[in-house]
Amino acid sequence: MTDVAASDALPKPKRDLLPVLLPVMLALAMAPLIGSGSSWVTLTVASFAMGMMIFIMASGLTLVFGLMDVLNFGHGAFIAVGAYIATLVLLPLATWVQADSLMLNLAVLAPAALAAMAVSGALGLVVERVLIFPVYGQHLKQILMTTGGLIVAEQALYALWGPQIIPLPLPTSLRGSFILGDVAISKYRLLAMLVGLAVFFSIQLVLNRTKIGLLIRAGVENREMVEALGYRIRRLFLGVFMTGSALAGLGGIMWALYREQVHASMGNDLTVLVFIVVIIGGLGSIGGCFIGALLVAMVANYGGFLVPKLALVSNILLMVAILMWRPRGLYAVTSR
Amino acid sequence: MMILSGDPPRSRVLSILLVVIIAALILTPVIFPGAKAMNVATKILIFAALVASYDLLLGYTGSVSFAHTMFYGIGSYAIAIALYSLGPTWTAVAAGLAIGLPLAALLALCIGLFSLRVEAIFFAMITLAVASAFLVLASQLSWLTGGEDGRSFQLPELLRPGTILIPKDWFGFAVNGRTLTYYIIFVACAAMILGLLRVVNSPFGRVLQAVRENRFRAEALGYRTVFHLTYANCIAALVAASAGALNALWLRYAGPDTSLSFAIMLDILLMVVIGGMGTMYGAIIGAAIFILAQNYLQALMSVASNAAADAGLPLLPGLLHPDRWLLWLGLLFIFSVYFFPSGIVGRLRAGVRPST
Repeated sequence: MTDVAASDALPKPKRDLLPVLLPVMLALAMAPLIGSGSSWVTLTVASFAMGMMIFIMASGLTLVFGLMDVLNFGHGAFIAVGAYIATLVLLPLATWVQADSLMLNLAVLAPAALAAMAVSGALGLVVERVLIFPVYGQHLKQILMTTGGLIVAEQALYALWGPQIIPLPLPTSLRGSFILGDVAISKYRLLAMLVGLAVFFSIQLVLNRTKIGLLIRAGVENREMVEALGYRIRRLFLGVFMTGSALAGLGGIMWALYREQVHASMGNDLTVLVFIVVIIGGLGSIGGCFIGALLVAMVANYGGFLVPKLALVSNILLMVAILMWRPRGLYAVTSR
Repeated sequence: MMILSGDPPRSRVLSILLVVIIAALILTPVIFPGAKAMNVATKILIFAALVASYDLLLGYTGSVSFAHTMFYGIGSYAIAIALYSLGPTWTAVAAGLAIGLPLAALLALCIGLFSLRVEAIFFAMITLAVASAFLVLASQLSWLTGGEDGRSFQLPELLRPGTILIPKDWFGFAVNGRTLTYYIIFVACAAMILGLLRVVNSPFGRVLQAVRENRFRAEALGYRTVFHLTYANCIAALVAASAGALNALWLRYAGPDTSLSFAIMLDILLMVVIGGMGTMYGAIIGAAIFILAQNYLQALMSVASNAAADAGLPLLPGLLHPDRWLLWLGLLFIFSVYFFPSGIVGRLRAGVRPST
């Protein structure tokens, strides 16, 4: 046993870089299979953009679970609500959306995104207080309650907006793509990538460089200890839950613009995707969630290009493969 | 008491309710031979068995599965595909069962071994993912499953409505192939429910309940909890697949909407919670009440919706529209999970003191 003096630096945690290499290796391995270089770049960019959008939606879910052991099966509802709120802003201001000016387009997109985040964040407050607060610590009831919440939200959207699909065209200046040589990169995907990276780095910054982030990370690791030190972790949790819901709303509007349509069933459909990402990444880990989202998007894009039939079950296969390798996901943060 | 495996209803009201429901189900072909009443009664029977098998998972082991409709669908599709491709013979029915049931059990085994090692939450998420992949698969592989349209097929001669077994002038009511199918379903579902009652009251069932209450402790007592949970998962899958096969036989059709959709999963969850988790009798009560309400209350909703529209009220017509039936179900679901976690049967049983 080695002696450690109090003045010694703390031992550095061992960095686990293997999962980080996974998407890179996957992308490189796919290059010869796809053959043409330009399609490979297009597909890689597409999967990166899609991965970022999924990550935005999934990040809240994984933190909420990590911090409070609450799994929100109704997370998809926030995604759908975000998308619907965005239509409230974007459709009346259609002239600005159609205008061929980047400034005008962004001037209407920004408030739409903010409104979506605000409403889904507020909804998160209600859901946490009404549905999750009474059943803390009871997994079975949590799953049942939040599933019920998802149904109610979806049906309420149907009742308020009707069952039809609402088309949501992309702003004019975000359509089309940049052409570099023989590679086409869609403008909207570029924007999605930028937003996704911004969200990822802000979350990392908050988690690693602020006191709140320190408390959240400590709470994920050991909730009781943080409580014993006198911090009101429930309030912290409420904040994380609302942020997670707001991010889901942001993901919702981005996904709606990506698909150029809004439908109440999108929350339900995306829930499955988001769950797979969260499981792959390891429940509670932001980094794992990021990599998981990238992997899911890559498998969907490459798989869809190479073997279209496989795309139906590719997510499940990916999940099985990852869990065979690491049964608790890429990064197992919680001891639970 | 042998047939009930020593687990009687233990409440007078509950016993009366059960007797009424079962008597009504037995007599339905005699009293209400109409198509709608027969369909409702069959649905109650099949769902009672399906919900009972789900209760084995949810109520007795405490694990939430979202893949139960998948097994139900496997049973349905196995029968449908077999009868569709082999023609309307009994061999085809046997082949469908011989393929569908083991397939369901095998899949349940894989899912169980894979995901029951860890927390309940993990199991719930994995089953949700697998079930949704299966739904997509079933609607895309149209050469096999008929895609969104599903598969319609012909029944063996004996079970067809045109086959008159006992003409009407003998006893005053006709017994045709349809009636025979109904009673086959009745006997099969009753056998499955009684079998499940036997399972939960066996030592094996006790272990399941121990796992539900405290998994760590059950493990410490020397029970291999993964084995028990996986076993229960397989039994539930087998019963669900059988119920699916019966449903296909009754409808002469299998498709994504009638056997795989998420809405059915929700119905099952709701029936378990309304009837009472962890009580096999809850399945019968829950299924009967829910399906009666589903079939006859929706008409009421449409009346209310029209009335609200005539009165010029805003929003209300949309909320009361019969298509929004799930909205109210969802609310009911949340309320019952929160306020009546033990369901109707739990309530009724709590009302009586244990008589010694």
